[in-house]
Amino acid sequence: MNVVVCVKQIPDPADPGALDPTTKTLKRDGKLILDESDSYGVEMALQLVTTAGGGEVTLVSMAPNGEVSGLRTALAMGAAKAILVSDDALAGSDALATAKVLAKAIERVEGADLVLTATESSDGYTGTVPEQIAGLLDLPSVTFAKSISVEGSTVKIQRQTEAGYDDVECPLPALVSVTAGVVEPRYPSFKGIMAAKSKPVDTLTVADLGLDASQVGWAGAGQQIVSIAEAPAREAGEVFEDDGTAAEKIVAFLDDLKVL
Amino acid sequence: MALSKIWVLAEATDGKVTTTTLELLTKARSLADTVEAVYAGGDADAIAGQLGEFGASKVYTTGDLAGALPGVPVSGAIAALVEGGNAPDAIIAATSYVGRDIAGRLSAKLDRTVITNNTDLEVDGSSLVTTEPVFGGTTDVKTTFTAAGPHLVLVRPKSFVAESAGGGAAAVETIAVPDGGKSAGAKVVNRHVEEREGPSLDEAAVVVSGGRGLGEKEQFELVEDLAKLLQAAPGASRAIVDAGWVPYSYQVGQTGKVVKPTVYIAAGISGATQHMVGMKGSKNIIAINKDAEAPIFAVSDLGIVGDVHKVLPQLIEALKAR
Repeated sequence: MNVVVCVKQIPDPADPGALDPTTKTLKRDGKLILDESDSYGVEMALQLVTTAGGGEVTLVSMAPNGEVSGLRTALAMGAAKAILVSDDALAGSDALATAKVLAKAIERVEGADLVLTATESSDGYTGTVPEQIAGLLDLPSVTFAKSISVEGSTVKIQRQTEAGYDDVECPLPALVSVTAGVVEPRYPSFKGIMAAKSKPVDTLTVADLGLDASQVGWAGAGQQIVSIAEAPAREAGEVFEDDGTAAEKIVAFLDDLKVL
Repeated sequence: MALSKIWVLAEATDGKVTTTTLELLTKARSLADTVEAVYAGGDADAIAGQLGEFGASKVYTTGDLAGALPGVPVSGAIAALVEGGNAPDAIIAATSYVGRDIAGRLSAKLDRTVITNNTDLEVDGSSLVTTEPVFGGTTDVKTTFTAAGPHLVLVRPKSFVAESAGGGAAAVETIAVPDGGKSAGAKVVNRHVEEREGPSLDEAAVVVSGGRGLGEKEQFELVEDLAKLLQAAPGASRAIVDAGWVPYSYQVGQTGKVVKPTVYIAAGISGATQHMVGMKGSKNIIAINKDAEAPIFAVSDLGIVGDVHKVLPQLIEALKAR
């Protein structure tokens, strides 16, 4: 069983950036980390390969620079190798261009039975890339999987719905997007971290994939930002340290609103 | 100037059109001369009245999908119409499971970008301009399309207020679903409905939500007890839904429900962007969190820096005593 996992390297959400004390400009050391949402797909893929008793996990990612630290994290978890599409031309890519790049990269992985993605990234969260990739590769797909198992050439999924969940069956090869509830990701072991340093990362350009630079990045985006403005802020109200009267304060607040 | 035609992807449950669909129809009426709906389901005749009342002159229906997930068949049917020359200026869907799947597939099929997570739409000259909040809703980004239509747009629920136009029933036209081949292989074999107690998150005047700060699954009872006393709907942050404490149907936020109740009580929720976009529109927000720096306090009208395990039981007792 060979599984491809699409992963994204994003700026650390815990580190919103800082000002350089001398230049007073935003300091960015360019370090990117593995999007936590993608760690679930990586773990799921590793478990499916283990259960199948053979095969490997390949990572596919794209970035405007040659950053690999997030990929190393996923390789340290146990993925065998990675394809990183890295090209200056990728800056400004919209969701469809991202899907085109990832789909081309996935096509280079021989014998892929299953493609896993997160439901959405933690930074851009368009949530459309999984279906766009499946559409471009003409694969069947199931989004929002909260449980996955493989029986023969069929993948069985519990898919989240508004009302609960659906049992869905899908022939392989297929694409499945997974929620954070699907598995508990492992922490990379020391041995895994050491092994990851020598695992192959195939770095490709847009041209290597047979795509034209005009199809990706700002050039290929079918959209253009018109304006960026501060949203009307919601005024913060009063904040109290609980001194034992919190319940009284809340009851009085609710009374004022006549909801009691 | 208005656009000439917009299609709205309609969704319905048990013969009732979703509120979000009605919101989208209402907005579409103000943007285009003609508004039509596209619907995947066997009961288009039953909902044609509601769709027409809110402004759709026609509803294209694929009929029942017989257990297929909607992405492939519905995008195929729409693409066939568009390629056949019946193309609207824009196709608008809700940021929902159905909406995202269909828009993603359609984007790949038609080679058109899709702009997601929008909270407003306007027409500037002959261009459609979308508004998407980013950075947890602190910044609004307006975007327009640079390529030819149909433009694909996903809009968050509760972005607009649904208003009847008083129109007659929409004409029902059945459209063909092209054979999706192997891409149409996913089939629903069984559906599970997870019952939830109390009023629905969509409609309740008061919502009480719990988060990771509750510490453990059993403590969610505090949220449910308080909700019962206030005739409120219980809700949850994504963190505790993913942790399996409560079903997904409780989730408030980006990937869950968008709520705008009179009062929203956030208990043990720090206020991740994910959550804030789903509740910031509430009229009044009460937050209880032990971390004084939690982002939720920046949007709360009444903030209590304290332990939910102390404050909630006291609040429950105080309400019971009334």
